[in-house]
Amino acid sequence: MQIDARNLTCPKPVVLTLEALPKLMPGESLTVLVNDEVARGNLTRLASQKDCELSVESKGDHDALTLTPRSAVVAESPAEVEAQAYCDVPAKSGAVVFVDSDTMGRGDEKLGHILMKGLIYALAHQDDVPKKMVFFNGGAHLTCEGSESLDDIRELESRGTTILTCGTCLDFYGIREKLAVGGVTNLYEIAKTLSGEPGVTTL
Amino acid sequence: MAEDVKLTKLAECAGCGAKVGAGELAKLLADIKVQRDPNLLVGFDRSDDAAVYRVTDDLALVETVDFFPPIADDPYTFGAIAATNALSDVYAMGGEPKVALNVMAVPEDMPSDVVHQILRGGYEKVYEAGASIVGGHSIYDREPKYGLAVTGFVDPRRMLTNSGARPGDVLVLTKALGVGVITTAEKGGLAGPQDVRAAEAQMTTLNRWARDVAVRHEVHAATDVTGFGLMGHALEMAQGSDVRLTIDPGAPALLGQARELAAMGVLPAGMYRNRHFAEASVNATGVAQDLQDLLFCPETSGGLLLSVAPGDADALVVDLLADGRVPDARVIGGVSAYEGGARIRLGQSKDDTKEKGR
Repeated sequence: MQIDARNLTCPKPVVLTLEALPKLMPGESLTVLVNDEVARGNLTRLASQKDCELSVESKGDHDALTLTPRSAVVAESPAEVEAQAYCDVPAKSGAVVFVDSDTMGRGDEKLGHILMKGLIYALAHQDDVPKKMVFFNGGAHLTCEGSESLDDIRELESRGTTILTCGTCLDFYGIREKLAVGGVTNLYEIAKTLSGEPGVTTL
Repeated sequence: MAEDVKLTKLAECAGCGAKVGAGELAKLLADIKVQRDPNLLVGFDRSDDAAVYRVTDDLALVETVDFFPPIADDPYTFGAIAATNALSDVYAMGGEPKVALNVMAVPEDMPSDVVHQILRGGYEKVYEAGASIVGGHSIYDREPKYGLAVTGFVDPRRMLTNSGARPGDVLVLTKALGVGVITTAEKGGLAGPQDVRAAEAQMTTLNRWARDVAVRHEVHAATDVTGFGLMGHALEMAQGSDVRLTIDPGAPALLGQARELAAMGVLPAGMYRNRHFAEASVNATGVAQDLQDLLFCPETSGGLLLSVAPGDADALVVDLLADGRVPDARVIGGVSAYEGGARIRLGQSKDDTKEKGR
């Protein structure tokens, strides 16, 4: 297998190599073309960490690094699993879920809370988890300390769902410091998601 | 798959990793005449954190500027980090920031809400520092950049340069290392969200709190750990003070999975630049490669490296940790007389019998 990582800035060459190593057949080698010191240095370290034999061949304006695993490489560390997630998008359902409130439906507020908590639990425990969940307005409370759904949202995150909360909303409610799971996003990214992703569902 | 637009994806280098290498900088400045002014107490010929210009016997101006491309995807967080980092140079001189100017470059098509959030992050940190933003300059550029030019005050008799370390001193570091690898990993989707949050929390913590404690103790020298990495900034201190530093490579606190990521080769270009500049002066015999790499790796908005009188080191660490506003404080090594050879030795300090942090 060969990867052309020339002119790619860090950490792209490492990400591509991490993704390719577990796919090699026993005895197969991976050749990565690089043309800067950073990629060369980083892949040399990766080869040693993954117990790969490394040979470097100079091709004039670039180098060919050949990595031969001494034993099969399995993606095992959380970072590598994430690398897989990043490159392969294995999240099964591909759904994007917007959560704009900490209650579900209109009517009794207490019932709404119970329903929302139950629904997030169900999302976290079904076979196919959403690809991405974006929490905003009242939904922002769900990803912060004190939320009864924190464990379920962490479960979703560990299963590959990207968890994002609207930064403007966190600031409005004064709870930015309390964010306990996932990253922070903004309307710019939310707009891109809305126009770029098919099938956004709002809870 | 439609990819998210991430601010960090618009940046070629992450944060202080974008810094021009120290050796490169010296070359760029080589032929330029240095103007002598008796009131210029610290100028660029001194490789210190900020310039210091004496106005009266008890008042000097501290001048510094710092800006870089996005290091966080959230614009508010990016603005807050850039401001915290720029203000830090004033604290590293023992000073207090007073006024700041915005330095900004934005792509023409960046939504005004995003630009507004970056600025809001900057303003809030400057206010938290007790200073004011009084103006600035913005230009259009394909790659966004933000930072501040900061003016602070310091009593010149009490300023903390990086050239005052004395043999016998103990070295204390006030933040964890690993920001460089975690922000690099984040760009590739390799960083865990917990680690990213921890790094961002540390990067947005002002060195004000550490500085306020340090000036009450027998601190002889200080610098902040940023783009040149712990090794680069420690080397500037060793050279400026004409001493040797012994640093225990296992002593500094490390953020989350920083070491694992370093072992996987998730290292920014700045790590290699810093190595070229500093490694000839560092004796790292027997230290694992991944740990070495972390010590050379650029930090953004890193902690203060303080050289403190040995009898005051324990009290300093206790005071730093007292109110929870200083992210970390631990002894990482000691200072001895320079007798030739490497300026920095990595290893257990022989005459340092102090408890190693907590």
